[in-house]
Amino acid sequence: MTEVFRAIGLGKSYPGVRANDDVSFAVSAGEIHALLGENGAGKSTLVKMIYGLVRPDDGQMQLSGAEYLPADPRAARAAGVAMVFQHFSLFDALTVAENIALGMENPPPRRELSRRIAQTSSDYGLPLNPNRRVATLSAGERQRVEILRCLLQSPRLLIMDEPTSVLTPQEAEILFATLRKLAGTGTAILYISHKLEEIRSHCDSATILRHGKVVNTVTPRDHSARALAAMMVGAEMRTVDRSNRQAGAPVLEVSHLSLDAPTAEGTRLQDISLELRAGEILGVGGVAGNGQEELLSALSGEALSPAGTVLLEGQDLSRKGPETRRQAGLLAAPEDRLGHAAVPEFSLTENTLLTGANRQGLVRRGLIDPGAARRFAEAVITAFDVRTPGPGTAAGALSGGNLQKFVIGREVLGKPRVLVVNQPTWGVDAGAAAAIRQSLLDLARGGAGVIVISQDLDELLELSDRFAALNDGRLSPPRATEGLTIEEIGLMLGGAHGMEVAHVEA
Amino acid sequence: MLRLEPRASASLGWQIATPVLAVLATMIAGGILFAALGFDPLAAIRTIFWDPLFGTAAGYSRPQLLVKAGPLILIACGLALGFRAGIWNIGAEGQYIIGGICGAAVALATYPNEGIWIFPAMIAAGALGGMAWGLIPALLRNWFGASEILVSLMLVYVAQRITAWMSFGPLKNPEGFGFPGSRNLQQYEPASNPELIAGTGLHWGVVAAGVALIATWFIVSRHILGFHIRTAGAAPRAARFAGVKPSWLVALCLGFSGALAGMAGLFEAAGPGGQITENFGSGYGFTAIIVAFLGRLHPVGILLGGLLLALTYIGGELAQLTMQMPAASVQVFQGMLLFFILGFDILTRFRIRRVR
Amino acid sequence: MIDPLSVFLMLLGAATPILFASLGELVAERAGVLNLGVEGMMICGALAGFAAAHASGSPALGFLAAAVGGTAISLIFAGLSQYLLTNQVATGLALTLFGLGLTAMFGKPYEGTKAPSMPMGPLGLNWMIWLGLIAVPLVWWFLNRSRAGLVLRAVGENHDAAHALGYPVRRIRVLAIAFGGAMAGLGGAYISIATVLQWTEGMTAGAGWIALAIVVFSRWDPRGALAGAWLFGGVTVLQLRLQAAGVSVPVQLLSMAPYLATILVLVLISAQQKFGRSAGGAAPGSLGRPFHALR
Repeated sequence: MTEVFRAIGLGKSYPGVRANDDVSFAVSAGEIHALLGENGAGKSTLVKMIYGLVRPDDGQMQLSGAEYLPADPRAARAAGVAMVFQHFSLFDALTVAENIALGMENPPPRRELSRRIAQTSSDYGLPLNPNRRVATLSAGERQRVEILRCLLQSPRLLIMDEPTSVLTPQEAEILFATLRKLAGTGTAILYISHKLEEIRSHCDSATILRHGKVVNTVTPRDHSARALAAMMVGAEMRTVDRSNRQAGAPVLEVSHLSLDAPTAEGTRLQDISLELRAGEILGVGGVAGNGQEELLSALSGEALSPAGTVLLEGQDLSRKGPETRRQAGLLAAPEDRLGHAAVPEFSLTENTLLTGANRQGLVRRGLIDPGAARRFAEAVITAFDVRTPGPGTAAGALSGGNLQKFVIGREVLGKPRVLVVNQPTWGVDAGAAAAIRQSLLDLARGGAGVIVISQDLDELLELSDRFAALNDGRLSPPRATEGLTIEEIGLMLGGAHGMEVAHVEA
Repeated sequence: MLRLEPRASASLGWQIATPVLAVLATMIAGGILFAALGFDPLAAIRTIFWDPLFGTAAGYSRPQLLVKAGPLILIACGLALGFRAGIWNIGAEGQYIIGGICGAAVALATYPNEGIWIFPAMIAAGALGGMAWGLIPALLRNWFGASEILVSLMLVYVAQRITAWMSFGPLKNPEGFGFPGSRNLQQYEPASNPELIAGTGLHWGVVAAGVALIATWFIVSRHILGFHIRTAGAAPRAARFAGVKPSWLVALCLGFSGALAGMAGLFEAAGPGGQITENFGSGYGFTAIIVAFLGRLHPVGILLGGLLLALTYIGGELAQLTMQMPAASVQVFQGMLLFFILGFDILTRFRIRRVR
Repeated sequence: MIDPLSVFLMLLGAATPILFASLGELVAERAGVLNLGVEGMMICGALAGFAAAHASGSPALGFLAAAVGGTAISLIFAGLSQYLLTNQVATGLALTLFGLGLTAMFGKPYEGTKAPSMPMGPLGLNWMIWLGLIAVPLVWWFLNRSRAGLVLRAVGENHDAAHALGYPVRRIRVLAIAFGGAMAGLGGAYISIATVLQWTEGMTAGAGWIALAIVVFSRWDPRGALAGAWLFGGVTVLQLRLQAAGVSVPVQLLSMAPYLATILVLVLISAQQKFGRSAGGAAPGSLGRPFHALR
């Protein structure tokens, strides 16, 4: 097979971090090549260099044997490199056609572009109306826009950054069928992910990154998921201890909760009912943007709901704000660490005041007790092994994993009756993720009820006693996790959402 | 080439150093401007920054420092609270005018009665008037989502027309020989805001400014309310998560800063200004915005910033008298100062590195 | 008896400064920049235009100078907000304060002098009124039909995404700010050269702020800016007519009308956006947010 892309000794440093160090690998035509690594391993810096968003400090790149160093993404596109981003690349207020035109160097006139969009989208089984505004599309449809944008340029190298994180298992299967067809036409595909199973079943080869360096390049089919994980993390994966837990009396009852979307882009919650027992972990799965944030807001008290919809141990909290709910024992940790669960510019000590002001007695008659706040911050740091110079450090200076441990620890030490967390280990390294999961299990063992909202199905299966799926603002009836297959979960999440398999002949 | 790298937390050293740098840069840029206009730049800088304090006429100008700094500090204290929360009251000038009118109206209604309650009642009326004027943009934002920036500013122009109407109409001095403008309150003893210690410029407005400084320091650094205000400014979603109601904060910040601006207006109307005239609004409400930024929204900084800008007012007048410098040069100076403060702020938030 | 046609012609004149300034600001805001310095740029244009027209005797040269002057001062804002990442609200305010001071200082010699008279175009309207009317479809076409306009909107909608696709966010924004400055300058000069016919300190009297409100009213659409400017022009003319007719309301109160009307319009349009469920016509996604990319 002909080689399309080769990296030779690529390196990139940021202050205090060597993001990439001596990275070398090659991708051939028709190959789906995985780039595997945990969060912070340097995957995104590497692909940003290939796409011209970041300049390498040293090393070189070759495209079809020729020297390749794009000055910006437009140069990369002109050279035949296309990229499907995980975030940050669509414009909500613009139409599908406009979004696609923006990703092309010399887009044809409007009518011709619409025709080509229709043509290509039907070739690849990715139906899309070119005149719709992106804001009105689902996550899967948005990804189709990104993929179409790339396909219309007939790229030599296609980079896919964590594409399945917004898809149900069924949708992911369809995506891989599309990619396989595309590879069949001779396109090289660089596939970034940390999901071991999909890489094992769909990728031809895999380059594994750890701490910015290449650990190994392997054929993923020849290795077990466990072995791949060990290469990725550099140690045996810790398994969590689920023992000694039993469900008690109901603590939280949500009945027929409906809420309008907070913004035009938000999701409407529709008739959500659930019952959570003491000592139980309820997992709520779903593809991003199906009401996860809205559900957390409705439980934390950031959004109020009609009376009688949220009850904690019989007490109606539906019309009460976050502080009252905290006083009653209903605590929450939102998904976004920077700017929602914590204020990045504030010190850890100050960040304890966000939720601990009254529950931890850090404020008396309106007066802040700085000593008490510092002691509580120190307690969280010690109990959750938060790596930081001290409680005076700004939250934004901590790594994702350490800040997440702090955020979860702050709520766990608040001795909640019920704790609701959203994406507790998103963007967190494996060690911190295991510690956070264990702390949630320990909390449940102590008799609290826990709701874990997550898009990581493996995490939900590992933690939860019962599983429910959020799809378009509706919550499915919970089912016992034991014995649940990935296929069944995928159907609960909404199946393929009307996508069809690519039907072009390669 | 230079590259900016964000700092995790603002550098304390630069936070203190940047206002000083900004003042020095303004002096240099101002000097260049004065030289271009044909003035001796060193003499101009000395006339503005040195002579009011230590020059031959310092005996007259030194008390003016407190007279001018008082309202600036009083207004800036309120504005700083709102700015920290990301609530942009830029209509303090209007609240100042309305406060002055309301306070003066109480005095003129009681004229010529005596009573020690008159002056406190005027202060209350001034504060309430300013607060009401500040609450208009707050409520329009809370109810309809209208921009408080534009509404509060539009209300400045409305307030200016109200003063003009008042000084020609309802509040006109009946014994003023037909001239526009109200009675002079300095000559109506129970309603006047006199110099408390002769030769210092100290009046009740200056005392109020001192109290406001201490109160804002207490709120910002010791009280949970200040924490909520800072959180709302730094991360609005985190504030809501902490249980802060955004609409309550908008009303509080605009109402509070409006009340302080209104009080400043009343102290001016009853004291140094003496009366309501068509041109009662003298720009303190806008200059106080510069004071708040120069002071980095911190009470100690506001104190120093207020004194410095008061100095530029006095020095500017002096330069106008002795050097025939245009009156507006002070305004230019203040505008440049704000540019430099904002520009240098990058040093507190970013590290500047040289790359290859 | 008020002749409706002459009222409409007066309205067109009163609307023109606001129309220019709000079209310029609209383009800047579509690029994601909130420049509150419109008033400052207008007053600079008013003085630069008046001075050049007075010196040369040519109104056309005056307007050219106004556009250059407005652009020049807008570049201060561009440098601070785009390169030193300053807060856009505070920087725009600083620009206004600075512009008012600067023009008060340099405008002294021109007080009491007269501007050369404007040549008339078709229908008894001067050329600047025509130019403003033509600018509306041109700006609309640029934003909605041209490639450059699409890129500009993309930058304003989501600067991170635009950067990820390789578009020069900063350069595009600087150009948009400069255009805003030139248009505000023209609007300001219209007041000094074509309306008042002389220079007085602070003569824009809040027109820049009204233009900012008109941009909100327009829902970031040039056609809406035209409607807003006409509405404002109508209120101004009506108010002047009432003054001239000698109604029993004090002049000072009548002259509040444009400002009160602006507040009212702002409230109505904001309420419609808040309570209406339509997602269209919302502010650009990155409006007012500073952009900094690590490389």
